[in-house]
Amino acid sequence: MSTTTPSPTLAFAPLLERKFGEKAAPEARPAADVPTIAVDASALHDVALFLRDDPSARFDLFLDLAAVDRLKLAGPASYRAGERFAANYLLYSTERNEHLRVRTTAPAADPKLPTLTDVWWGANWFEREAWDLMGITFEGHPNLKRLLTHNGFVGHALRKDYEAGQRWLCTEEDVLQTDLAAQTETPEDVFETLTLNFGPSHPSTHGTLRVVMRCDGETIVAAESECGYLHRCFEKMSETHTYQQVIPYTDRLNYCSPMINGSGYARAVESMLGVEIPERARAVRTVLAEFSRLMDHMVCLGANLVDIGALTNFWYAFQAREEIYSLLEACCGARLTSSYARIGGLSNDVPENFVEWCRRLVKLCHNQIREVDGLITKNRIAQKRFRDTGVVTKEQALAWGFTGPCLRASGVAYDVRKDAPYDWYDRVDFDVPIATEGDNFARYLVRMEEMRQSLRIVEQVVAKLPNGPVNSDDYRVVLPPKEMVYNEMEGLIYHFKVVFEGIPVPAGEIYSYTEGANGELGYHIVSDGTGRPYRVKVRPPCFPLFASFEKIIRGGMVSDAVATLGTLNIIAGELDR
Amino acid sequence: MSDKKSLTLPNAAPIAPPLAPGVPSTAGADFLTTRLDQLVQWAHANSLWPMPFGTACCAIEFMSTVSSHYDLARFGAEVVRFSPRQSDLLLVAGTVTDKMAPVLRKIYDQMPEPKWVISMGVCACTGGFYRAYHVVQGIDEIVPVDVYVAGCPPTPENLIHGVMLLQEKIKSGELARHREAKTLVPIRVGEDPAAFLPAYSTSVMAPGRPGGHELPEMKGTAEQDAPGRGGWTGGRSGGRSGGRE
Repeated sequence: MSTTTPSPTLAFAPLLERKFGEKAAPEARPAADVPTIAVDASALHDVALFLRDDPSARFDLFLDLAAVDRLKLAGPASYRAGERFAANYLLYSTERNEHLRVRTTAPAADPKLPTLTDVWWGANWFEREAWDLMGITFEGHPNLKRLLTHNGFVGHALRKDYEAGQRWLCTEEDVLQTDLAAQTETPEDVFETLTLNFGPSHPSTHGTLRVVMRCDGETIVAAESECGYLHRCFEKMSETHTYQQVIPYTDRLNYCSPMINGSGYARAVESMLGVEIPERARAVRTVLAEFSRLMDHMVCLGANLVDIGALTNFWYAFQAREEIYSLLEACCGARLTSSYARIGGLSNDVPENFVEWCRRLVKLCHNQIREVDGLITKNRIAQKRFRDTGVVTKEQALAWGFTGPCLRASGVAYDVRKDAPYDWYDRVDFDVPIATEGDNFARYLVRMEEMRQSLRIVEQVVAKLPNGPVNSDDYRVVLPPKEMVYNEMEGLIYHFKVVFEGIPVPAGEIYSYTEGANGELGYHIVSDGTGRPYRVKVRPPCFPLFASFEKIIRGGMVSDAVATLGTLNIIAGELDR
Repeated sequence: MSDKKSLTLPNAAPIAPPLAPGVPSTAGADFLTTRLDQLVQWAHANSLWPMPFGTACCAIEFMSTVSSHYDLARFGAEVVRFSPRQSDLLLVAGTVTDKMAPVLRKIYDQMPEPKWVISMGVCACTGGFYRAYHVVQGIDEIVPVDVYVAGCPPTPENLIHGVMLLQEKIKSGELARHREAKTLVPIRVGEDPAAFLPAYSTSVMAPGRPGGHELPEMKGTAEQDAPGRGGWTGGRSGGRSGGRE
């Protein structure tokens, strides 16, 4: 069992019981999962306030809201009458480095829960998403409307009685209107304003992001960000495929660093299964995850610098990426969407010259980073564009649910690789760079330093890269070798069962998290004991970043909004899933 | 004009003795003969200005293609313009969702003639492995497509091959179709609420598009599909419930 989660000790449990009695009780969970308390919906808001403010709890970061429709969940986990929907709130305490799941339920008819946006602002978009896809109403939510799907959509797509392929007619009017664009009256304190539509097809949105701004001259007085233009139904697709088949879909979440997503997902399923993967596979996953992080930061910085007018860096950054692509191609045959991780290990072993290749790449990447560093870090134009723009204070970053480089640039040293080490991160020496300014320049510097630290990790891991297999020998999970399939009855049976029935993941639930390239990437998986996941909810690190974008840019210039969007590093595939 | 002989134009053949029966030879002369439209097509083909409509993973591979290693500039298509008004090649790179579809169509309509469309990657071509409630099952539901590039995502070599194929098509003179298609396909995507998307459907390649080629029908699904795609005939004023009665 991989040790992905801290030990489930709830220091605040006695106080919780005294205050709320039966309405909030700790729940028994397997050790691999995060500690959980089951809360009655009527007490949810008070419990949330307690968890945020009590000195023994202090859960200051809202991570995720995973809603589950238990309509077809059979067996011991099946729902009692009146509790069709389960809402799982994932919280984190930066002070005590602890995760917590708060589970509550809502009835089948007219499911309603109190909103938590006034407790953690970061819950805002997560609740909108849960309403959009699951149909749970959040009472008191300031802006409860469709987020990921278009306005012509009817029904709630992630409910179990919704057909996966059912599309709805979408017209131009269903998409292009936002509340802000529809407003016609001018606010009194502003002499003359202009509504500016930014995206979804705009060179500096790098994908499909959209912001509608109300501008007074060049100053943004109000903004509304919108996503969903790349909502590819990852979560619904996961439910219609077997556990192994989900891996290619995970590659396309954050397509700038697919290897991290794949191994994060595989690790979540492995800890549900209780499967140990060989050391070599872990080491290779660590190396490739760090190279992926570097590639992600390269795209982020390269594209961001293009937006502020420094084109050259883009070519330097992409040269490093091309070389890393070649390594990935040699490992698994694909450049970008690698699908290299497997549940139980890797699809195949790395090439023979892997270690030398990595060392060569480390040298080359150091060169490319140095080039960008020399051109930008002390550059006056870059300084003027980056410094004091897009400022996010520490308090704001926590309240808005930031994780990853953006949180670290605001002064909170939370990095999953350090705080809940997985794979080989507890065996290597590396630093977690932080900055305190929280502006665009801080985010730029943090990313630059993270790339160097990634290279440091790679160097250390390849120096100790163990030999041996890259796959577990548990043939309930991993396909047995071909000679076994052809020569032994048992091998044939195992092969047949894995291919036709999928991997029998025991019924249960897990929240497993990884340090993605731009924050905590969590997989909340519910299994009903069959070969297909019952529900997969991804905690996308970009989601809270982009949700708060409209708040960050307010009061700034339009050109600063462009620079800010770049340094936040929003990847649409992961944002919209 | 010492470089006269190295300049090759389609069908111009400046060196050969008679070009065609009855046409005098140009050998040794300071001019060459060709047809105006062929000259224009030759120019079009070699100076494509792409508008990258990059939505997803394919856009990252598109970035690789224009970067220094693969260098799309070698094929005259490096002047990336993010304004549709300034470009003539719409390069749809990535998944197009129902929500995005009207945007794509709008951008296509904003591009001036002549224009071409490359569909990069299986998501743009057919919806790829996203047979799901919010994904357009191939952008030819909304815009006419000239070249489909397979792959998930296509490698830069494959995209370059697609661009070269398009150059061949342009030189062969397939210009007029887009102009006619412009008004015929309404900006509506998705399925009629009454009918489910069959698990494997015969993709209707831009129905109603003049010159649009039909795919051979697959056995067993023809019945399900025959009355389908009612949304296309409803027109923009048909409303959400209109179309398939």
